[in-house]
Amino acid sequence: MSISKILLKLTVNGIARQIYVHPMARLLDVIREDFGLTGTKEGCGEGECGACSVILDGMLVNACLVPAVQAQGSTLRTVESLAGVDLSPLQEAFLHHGGAQCGFCTPGMLVAGTHLLETNAVQDEAGAREGLAGNLCRCTGYVKIVDALLATREGRP
Amino acid sequence: MNDYAHIGRSVQRREGRAKLTGAALFTDDFKIEGLLHGATVRSRVPRGRITGIHFEEGFPWDEFVIVTARDIPGKNVVAHLIQDQPCLADGVINHPEEAIMLLAHPDPQRVQDARERVRVDVEPLPPVLSIDESLRCDPVIWGEDNIFKTIHITKGDPDGAEAQGHLRMDATYLTGAQEHVYIEPNAIIAEATAEGVLVRGSMQCPYYVHHALHEMFQLPLEKVRVAQVETGGGFGGKEDFPSMLACHAALLSWKAGGRPVKIAYDREEDMACTTKRHPSRTRIRSAFATDGTLLALDVELLLDGGAYTTLSPVVLSRAAIHASGPYRCPNLRVQARALATNTPPHGAFRGFGAPQSLFAIERHMDEAARRLGLDPAELRRKNLLRTGDVMATGQIMRDEVDLIALMDRALTEIRYAEKRDSYPTLNASDDPVKRGVGFSVFMHGGGFTGSAETMLNSVAALEGTEDGRVRVLAASTEMGQGANTVFTQVAAEALQAPVDLIMVVPPDTSLVPNSGPTVASRTTQVVGKLVLDAGLAMRKTLLDAGLLLDGDVAGAIRTYVARHGALRTESRYQKPDFMEWDDTTYRGDAYATYSWACYAVDLRVDLVTYETQVADFVAVQEVGRALNPTLAAGQIEGGVAQGIGWGLNEEVIWRGGSMANHQMSNYLIATAVDLPRIRVFFEERPFAYGPGGAKGLGELPMDGPAPAILNAVQHALQIAPRQVPMTPEVLMDLVEGA
Ligand code: FES
Ligand code: FES
Repeated sequence: MSISKILLKLTVNGIARQIYVHPMARLLDVIREDFGLTGTKEGCGEGECGACSVILDGMLVNACLVPAVQAQGSTLRTVESLAGVDLSPLQEAFLHHGGAQCGFCTPGMLVAGTHLLETNAVQDEAGAREGLAGNLCRCTGYVKIVDALLATREGRP
Repeated sequence: MNDYAHIGRSVQRREGRAKLTGAALFTDDFKIEGLLHGATVRSRVPRGRITGIHFEEGFPWDEFVIVTARDIPGKNVVAHLIQDQPCLADGVINHPEEAIMLLAHPDPQRVQDARERVRVDVEPLPPVLSIDESLRCDPVIWGEDNIFKTIHITKGDPDGAEAQGHLRMDATYLTGAQEHVYIEPNAIIAEATAEGVLVRGSMQCPYYVHHALHEMFQLPLEKVRVAQVETGGGFGGKEDFPSMLACHAALLSWKAGGRPVKIAYDREEDMACTTKRHPSRTRIRSAFATDGTLLALDVELLLDGGAYTTLSPVVLSRAAIHASGPYRCPNLRVQARALATNTPPHGAFRGFGAPQSLFAIERHMDEAARRLGLDPAELRRKNLLRTGDVMATGQIMRDEVDLIALMDRALTEIRYAEKRDSYPTLNASDDPVKRGVGFSVFMHGGGFTGSAETMLNSVAALEGTEDGRVRVLAASTEMGQGANTVFTQVAAEALQAPVDLIMVVPPDTSLVPNSGPTVASRTTQVVGKLVLDAGLAMRKTLLDAGLLLDGDVAGAIRTYVARHGALRTESRYQKPDFMEWDDTTYRGDAYATYSWACYAVDLRVDLVTYETQVADFVAVQEVGRALNPTLAAGQIEGGVAQGIGWGLNEEVIWRGGSMANHQMSNYLIATAVDLPRIRVFFEERPFAYGPGGAKGLGELPMDGPAPAILNAVQHALQIAPRQVPMTPEVLMDLVEGA
């Protein structure tokens, strides 16, 4: 009962990749297992926690809810793309403000935060909280994550 | 003022970079050749006898590794305090998530599929599903009377004093279970043969896991090795449960001839099957004099422990000792019992019993104030402990803390006096949104209770390396709370070295001495002190060798190691000289010290939706010295968020002894929009026996939010809520029933 796999072509963190995937595969599993990008986490598998947040064609999505085949021809960005030689300003701000504790929600938070900054979607603290509402953190109470996001937006440490 | 180079400074999280780039590897991130994926076949009834196990016909079972109780090479037990919990059910079932059989297969989907194709026949027996049924021994499911542990504390003459009270009260407080919801579910990888067992995974206490594997396999200690990997939150939820998971994964690997086996729970399995905070029922009878002086407390405290003992006796102990709160109470009786029910065992959760009993006493004080016609702050002013007072177990309060000043600081920050006066007028309008302000005052004992730290006999070590660096060796785990960073700061301080010289070795029982479990707010206060002392010893060794004259620590270590081959210093726990504790009478110094706090809340209750929204939250605490203010504040903020959740929204719905709402979509933890900016303030009074004056603080923030919130609801609505979580349904019943 072998099911024929599908050839998936997409750009992952700036690099063109192609791979055969099971038609039912979740994008999350392809990212983690086939591309080996384990920075993207699974916290719930049901679209609630945001630990699997990635940017797909400029949209913030939960990779656990997206069928991999839906990424055909897309551009995908994961947490691994955020730092170059140096950390990104948002990553630096997380370090400075203490936005990461256990670090398990952190990749999703950073991806969501980066998306918010790039789309200029945050004007103030209420907006930052609204923007991060799809990402659960059990460690921080969110204060330091919000502070890191606001500081980055305002270009201060 | 800070005379220290590193202590008291917000040194950046040591493993921060790896966590921010996605490079940090958690258990499920490892790529392992030949890995098998494990799954668990569980009971579905709360209590019964297994009469048969059937494998679906025509399914290729020979592809699978299959383990039942019969395959256990040593003892069928998950060893904790006592050995009543089997690793796999053998004939008898005591809760609905009890593990009966284990399966493994190279394909994770296949193994999940297979688990649905095993049918376990069970002859059901009547279960015990509540504290009341357990008390009635209807039926007896554990020991002779369903009681895991009883604790009595008596002081003065509670009956005589109660009779003299001007105000006598009798009220019962309920708290619900709470799920930890660490964002990383439990996961373990094991490789096991008779030659040796290696377990790696997400855990708080490598030596607990080590002990459990040693007991189950009956292998010599040195053949068992347990290593923690990056752990995505614990909060107590990875204190005892990983021992069970490690035993399961290791059994599968054993049966598979040593092939590596991973068991990684998905969220649903994790929520349903792992431990939760003990549900509680606390009845307080009290007597107050006309002026509000507390004369007597008589507390009956009951914890639902679930099906097996696990940690319930020690959770009960902390609950009992904290039951009279931060008050001077000359006449006291505490009767505390932990009871068996046919639910998965309840376990450690940040606060460890103290949140339950402190909730009861802090609500009770506000109710008493209302009955006495006093402001809750006035009532506390009369009764708060002062240095030199005698606490519940006869312990003299040594901490030089001014609790009234601490309380006043929180009240000023929240603008209590003004809101206390103005809100009732505002609330008299037609607006369905009512406002309230309230607070709680509480303490949390740091480290293990009584003589347990002495019995643990913890050791930490430092090692100098050839290239002039320093390795910190301790079993304490980093799970987000900042142990790596704090140990680094403390070691650097002792050695007068830059922090970059210090490396905290990831805990691995083959490398690190047993510095005890990472629990009980003890890592900084107790183990941090061991690291400090080992650092001071190393500095002395270097100085005695005539090195370090130029202050170059790295150079001195290099020279020493080149000359002597090795450089290692150790430090072993020594109790503060004043500490005396008698475990049989429950008298003496229950804890070396306490952290103290007052939390104040300003909130809105919507009488249309019955939703409660916290608008402002002030957390003032005395924690000795905050070794790293940013990390310390982060601990407080995160703990407060969990406390607010326990108080308002986090409801575990039980059905037949199992958690019915075991998904993140219907067990709701707070998002960033649900919470206000939590405002954190530290009073710093260095504790003489802590490193750099530090005390434990990790659990403290869990204790205060729930009672503060319900006290504010009492102010807003003039009702007396006595139950958490105070969900909209609970509140509606209370308001409409009133
Ligand atoms: S894992 Fe995708 S939202 Fe939780
Ligand atoms: S840092 Fe642990 S869940 Fe957010």
